[in-house]
Amino acid sequence: MRSAETAAGPSRARPLWVTGALGALALSMVAGLLGGAADISPWQVVVQAADWLPFVTADSGLSPVEQGLLYELRLPRVLVAAVVGGLLAIAGAGYQGVFRNPLADPYLLGAAAGAGLMTTVAIVLLPQLAASIPVAAFAGAVGGVFLAYALGNTAGRSGGTSTLVLAGVAVTSFLTAIQTFVQQFKVEELQRIYAWILGDVGGGWEQFWLVLPYAAVSAVLLLLHGRMLDVLSVGDEEAVSLGVRAARVRFTVLLAASLATAAAVAVSGLIGFVGIVVPHLVRRLAGGSYRSVLPLSLIVGAAFLVLADLAARTVIAPAELPIGVVTMFVGAPFFVAVLRMTRRTAT
Amino acid sequence: MTGTPAMIGVRDLSVRLGDREVLTGVDATVRRGEWLAIIGPNGAGKSTLLKAVMGVLAHRGQVDLDGRSAATLKPRQRARLIAYAPQTPAVPPDMTVFDYALLGRTPYIPYLGRESRHDREVTASVLDRLDLTAFATRRAGELSGGERQRVVLARALAQQAPVLLLDEPTTALDLGHQQQVLELVDRLRRADGLTVVTTLHDLTLAGQYADTLLLLARGRAVACGEPDKVLTEPLVGEHFDAHVMIEPGPGGRPVVHLVRGGP
Repeated sequence: MRSAETAAGPSRARPLWVTGALGALALSMVAGLLGGAADISPWQVVVQAADWLPFVTADSGLSPVEQGLLYELRLPRVLVAAVVGGLLAIAGAGYQGVFRNPLADPYLLGAAAGAGLMTTVAIVLLPQLAASIPVAAFAGAVGGVFLAYALGNTAGRSGGTSTLVLAGVAVTSFLTAIQTFVQQFKVEELQRIYAWILGDVGGGWEQFWLVLPYAAVSAVLLLLHGRMLDVLSVGDEEAVSLGVRAARVRFTVLLAASLATAAAVAVSGLIGFVGIVVPHLVRRLAGGSYRSVLPLSLIVGAAFLVLADLAARTVIAPAELPIGVVTMFVGAPFFVAVLRMTRRTAT
Repeated sequence: MTGTPAMIGVRDLSVRLGDREVLTGVDATVRRGEWLAIIGPNGAGKSTLLKAVMGVLAHRGQVDLDGRSAATLKPRQRARLIAYAPQTPAVPPDMTVFDYALLGRTPYIPYLGRESRHDREVTASVLDRLDLTAFATRRAGELSGGERQRVVLARALAQQAPVLLLDEPTTALDLGHQQQVLELVDRLRRADGLTVVTTLHDLTLAGQYADTLLLLARGRAVACGEPDKVLTEPLVGEHFDAHVMIEPGPGGRPVVHLVRGGP
């Protein structure tokens, strides 16, 4: 019998790609733990990381101060960067599947600006209640995407790829204007708001535990919908002809992607372009099926943001760049390249 | 007519898109194993009729599939009865041919589940039948027009539905590829006993391949029957607003010629 297995290879994330991506993530995390001023060797970091695992004891030869530095400052920072990067990338992939648009990105769709506005409102109105921020960010993210989508639809169904992006730009500018308006009411909170807007993953363990549950729920939901997004990619009518309730799938994925965006934005501020750079890269390398694009985006996005954070900490050391600046610096030219490529294939 | 039961029964079907009535009171019956071609001038409602039968358009009137009312079928049940290929299918350029064809198995795979070994085998054997095995790992964006059409057909066949709805399967194909695709559909139909409904704008092609023609004009079914009953100079001349000459061609089936200096 002819083997069906050989032909069936590409439909799922191939083990080779997943292993490679995980390897890249591990390397970037070691690099992230290393980076900075103190003088520690890579091997010591690996041994120390093993020591942190339950039921493992290993002696890295690091002093308690160095261990404390690694555990209390660098480790949570690397982990938050990984989670946030993974979330933004997988949310971007999810939006791209729902809107069948390779330029859809949480940052460009108005989700981030909506979350930013609502988070600012929460900081201004309920400064003591840190727990209200994720909720506010979620409401804002969903609202922002909904606005951009509605606006993109009224602007013309035939507009295709760029209409939605233009609508997202309009919504983003509008919501950012309101946000600036709101923040001026609480000038004493200005620094906190600005630090948040520019993106920050250095909030320690507290920040990590805050984002983790939302991250887990949204990532699992998105990962489960890979095959459904493949079905949606042939268009609504055909999806329906294949027995899929397209509207329901779209709604669920939209909700999950917005939750992921909101969680990421709520703990780390506005970090742009991860959601567009990473899925696009993954698609080029490992094929266009969402069953591999989603898991690989999660892993590669994590690695990407860990490295971006490393760059943010080291480029102008001892001072720090906001991480959002780094991703935008890399992402904006990339965005132009993607735009040119989609234009070419669309015609 | 004959004793074969109706696979598709359409009674008094009307479709309104916006404030325009696109189809008005259309009746049609398609027997099991029959090939029905829907013909008609641009804007007559050919594609709309297909979509209404498939259930993606809101409509009035009754559609029966395999003796059951289509309105009572769940989406997945309906998808196991009817496979559909639109006029301009969206084939994701980064998806491999195998993955694309595998989408046809969707009605058999649980909502958040993954395909079984059987689903992969069915897909592989459909690709094999359409001589696409060599393309299995290619990206769809790299295919030529004719290959693309075959890949879309493969997806529809992987659905293993007894009814195949094809909206203009030969658009954008050259002469040889038009013939190739229609011969393929004809062969598969005979081998598997499929019921085929296509829209076709080329009248001669429609007359060559279909058992029955349904002529739509301004949303109404104005003629239905064997090719030589429908492709007549008066009927075609009136509804297409064209000056044509029709003569018997290969196998006695009518061939339609345009006459220069028409209306």
